[in-house]
Amino acid sequence: MPESIRLIINRESVDVPEGTTLAAALLRLGKAAVHRSPSGELRGPVCGMGVCFECRVAVNGRGHMRSCQTICEPGMEVRTDE
Amino acid sequence: MSNGHQCDVLVIGGGPAGIAAATCAAESGASTLLVDDNPRLGGQIWRSTAANDIPGQARRWLNKFKASGCRALCDVHIVDCIGDKVLRGESGRGIQTFMYSKLVLATGARERLLPFPGWTLPNVFAAGGLQALVKGGAPIQRKRVVVAGTGPLLLAVASYLKRRGAKILCVAEQAPWERVAHFGVGLWSRPTKLLQAAAMGAALGAVDFKAGCWPVAARGDGVLREVDFHGSGGRFTLACDYLACGFGLVPNLELPRLLGSEVVNGFVAVDEWQQTSIAGVYCAGEPTGIGGVDSALAEGHIAGLAAAGRRHQARSFFRSRATAREFEEVLSATFRLRPELRSLCGGDTLVCRCEDVRFDRLRQMTGWREAKLQTRCGMGSCQGRTCGTAAEFLFGWDAVHTRPPVFPARVETLAADTVASTN
Amino acid sequence: MWPSSESIEPGHSLVMPSSFDIAIVGAGIVGAACAAEFARLDLRVAVVERDIIGGGATAAGMGHIVVMDDSEPQFALTGYSRRLWQELRPQLPDEAEYETSGTIWVAADDYEMREVHRKHRYYAERGVSTEVLDCRALAEAEPSLRGGLAGGLYVPDDAVVYPPVVARFLIQSTPGVKLFLGSPVREILHHGVRLESGDSILADKVVNATGDAAPSLTPGLKVMPRKGHLVITDRYPGFIRHQLVELGYLKSAHSDSNESVAFNVQPRRTGQILIGSSRQYGVSDKGIDRTIVRSMLKRAAQYLPGIGSLSAIRCWTGFRASTPDKLPLIGPLPDQNLYLATGHEGLGITTSLATARLLVSHATGRETPIDIAPYLPARMMEHQHA
Repeated sequence: MPESIRLIINRESVDVPEGTTLAAALLRLGKAAVHRSPSGELRGPVCGMGVCFECRVAVNGRGHMRSCQTICEPGMEVRTDE
Repeated sequence: MSNGHQCDVLVIGGGPAGIAAATCAAESGASTLLVDDNPRLGGQIWRSTAANDIPGQARRWLNKFKASGCRALCDVHIVDCIGDKVLRGESGRGIQTFMYSKLVLATGARERLLPFPGWTLPNVFAAGGLQALVKGGAPIQRKRVVVAGTGPLLLAVASYLKRRGAKILCVAEQAPWERVAHFGVGLWSRPTKLLQAAAMGAALGAVDFKAGCWPVAARGDGVLREVDFHGSGGRFTLACDYLACGFGLVPNLELPRLLGSEVVNGFVAVDEWQQTSIAGVYCAGEPTGIGGVDSALAEGHIAGLAAAGRRHQARSFFRSRATAREFEEVLSATFRLRPELRSLCGGDTLVCRCEDVRFDRLRQMTGWREAKLQTRCGMGSCQGRTCGTAAEFLFGWDAVHTRPPVFPARVETLAADTVASTN
Repeated sequence: MWPSSESIEPGHSLVMPSSFDIAIVGAGIVGAACAAEFARLDLRVAVVERDIIGGGATAAGMGHIVVMDDSEPQFALTGYSRRLWQELRPQLPDEAEYETSGTIWVAADDYEMREVHRKHRYYAERGVSTEVLDCRALAEAEPSLRGGLAGGLYVPDDAVVYPPVVARFLIQSTPGVKLFLGSPVREILHHGVRLESGDSILADKVVNATGDAAPSLTPGLKVMPRKGHLVITDRYPGFIRHQLVELGYLKSAHSDSNESVAFNVQPRRTGQILIGSSRQYGVSDKGIDRTIVRSMLKRAAQYLPGIGSLSAIRCWTGFRASTPDKLPLIGPLPDQNLYLATGHEGLGITTSLATARLLVSHATGRETPIDIAPYLPARMMEHQHA
């Protein structure tokens, strides 16, 4: 049984199985959209492999992180575009 | 200051081609290092799940890889070539410098995304993209999914998602029935492929497979709600939770091009040893031709052995490579994109997602360079990987990317000196 | 008179008048500005471009509209041209991204702060509004700058623009301009140009506005390419608010030394940060020199410590057209049918509009809006012409 780890997404605590990608964690939360385009359209992950950049969020204060290529870590602080 | 790595053979890309190349090079006694940009090895086709489940064939290979003693470094993006036989990489663990004698590029392929009205709605994914997200732990149970686009990948994705509890509403393949049927018949002469197909078929069970069918519009309020399709019976609509849509695979050429490897007809040109136009630089897998796992493994074998100076041994894989290469041609002929896919966009359909550039603006441009300068299309984070690929099909342009960094890199990574502390 | 501007692609047969009034070689921002200016006087203008509009230095540079005080002629030209940009602004399309971001010349120490005061007086005497920022005011204006800087000079009316769009706008929105794209010129003739294809385009006068390639069409021209590197980041709105330039920049721009870097960064409307600058003489290779990029980025990090963690998405090079006395070449050659509009070094965007006004008024026998003498090619050609 994979361990559960806790991270903070938009100031809320979230528990996910160890090994979950951040993009998957956001989808588990029901957040289909995580990033706003230049004209303000809400976007979510598309390619799942780190080339389209639509899944980006801020992780531990650093922006433009591709959530599909990030494995959730305990205590990770994540902010999405609302 | 960066972390330095020295090796005889450096392999970039941890999919089937890279794993095969690295394993063979290491087994031959070369000090070998495999570098991949994902958190775990496997690339796309052999992607493992959050719970570390690996597909069968992949498991065998990964065991071989471990047994070979080859080192692997994951989560590293190669961003630039900073000297003769020196590559710079970036990872969460800091700046990496790689010094090698021989290089094997196994950078794989990505999906071709084509624009149509509503394609930017959340829950419209690439086909393999949704599979990758589900492998990473995304929920799929009871989700109504349509898999669309083109290629054998669609059935593989549908099969995988169904096994995880998805409700596959239909698989929409743009290639016409005659070609798909011919492809199916052709599999009889390829036993391994047939077995793969049979296994897939068993898992898939009865699924609504529509050939000559493609998406024409996606709709929803901030998130996907339904998709219109054009099929042999005319237009129809499916309400769904997810659309997993990809129109074939395109090779990742950015690193080969950065190094100056010759590219012919959209693929890296290699000789019989998988060596590129640059001596000591080899290329294996999808960047030399879209051929799937068999091709990647055969080429990976040859490249790894050749890079390790074992041409004689490499020769024994020439035949399997030739067989695999035939399949490449069948694939490309079967799943050629139909011209109707060029006419899906409305004037206000976005083509460049990073910079929000509309189709009607791009249509006025006469080439990729002009489009980039005048509209900023391709000048965002993805540097044309999505929109450039689409523009090549939509307008016949040549969307070439050769400048560093290969992937976005932190300013401090580009500012870091070449001197490194060596591991 | 031509009713509307048209563009001719190579390979298309064309109906040509027997002659144009002006043929301008080069569709960069300078050529485009000249074309628009000639056409406004109802002259028949051909713009002959080897590639695409604005594809050379116009695309590669920073798009900084800046008043400069290295010399009186430089001030006269940049000051006048900056006013012309302000007048043009309302007509520019939104995609030109004109922003009055202002410039802050950053002083690292008291020595440079004296230079700030000198510039402030200089500009005040000439009616250009600037403001001296002390250490605290600088930190307030730009929180991302490192602490311990002495202050700076804020020039509020300087601006930032996206030049390729402006070049296209100038050519395509002015009736009377016929554009020949993909048409490299082999030779400038007495009355026109001969293309590499063998065709000729006839014109009463010719303007060489080809930037660093100018000497290839007008041999003997003292225009030398000066290579620059730039890096652009992803979007970080608010990281900086103004164009920031170190006062040491002037040493870099002025020097004749082979290579130098200076801190010069620009916020784009997109929120992306454009990081420069570098200068190299005697290099014709367009490739990226990683040593120079490293040096340039390190310099930037010395002023903006947070810049290191920003995501850089692209790196490229370009070639400025530089002259021995740092002033452009605007005006006729002793052969009166050939005009030059080149040699703008790092100020091509800023001074493009003034260049056009000067050139056109001189060529049509009108009084020039400012004295053209300092920029006339004759100043360099005393022993030159064939």
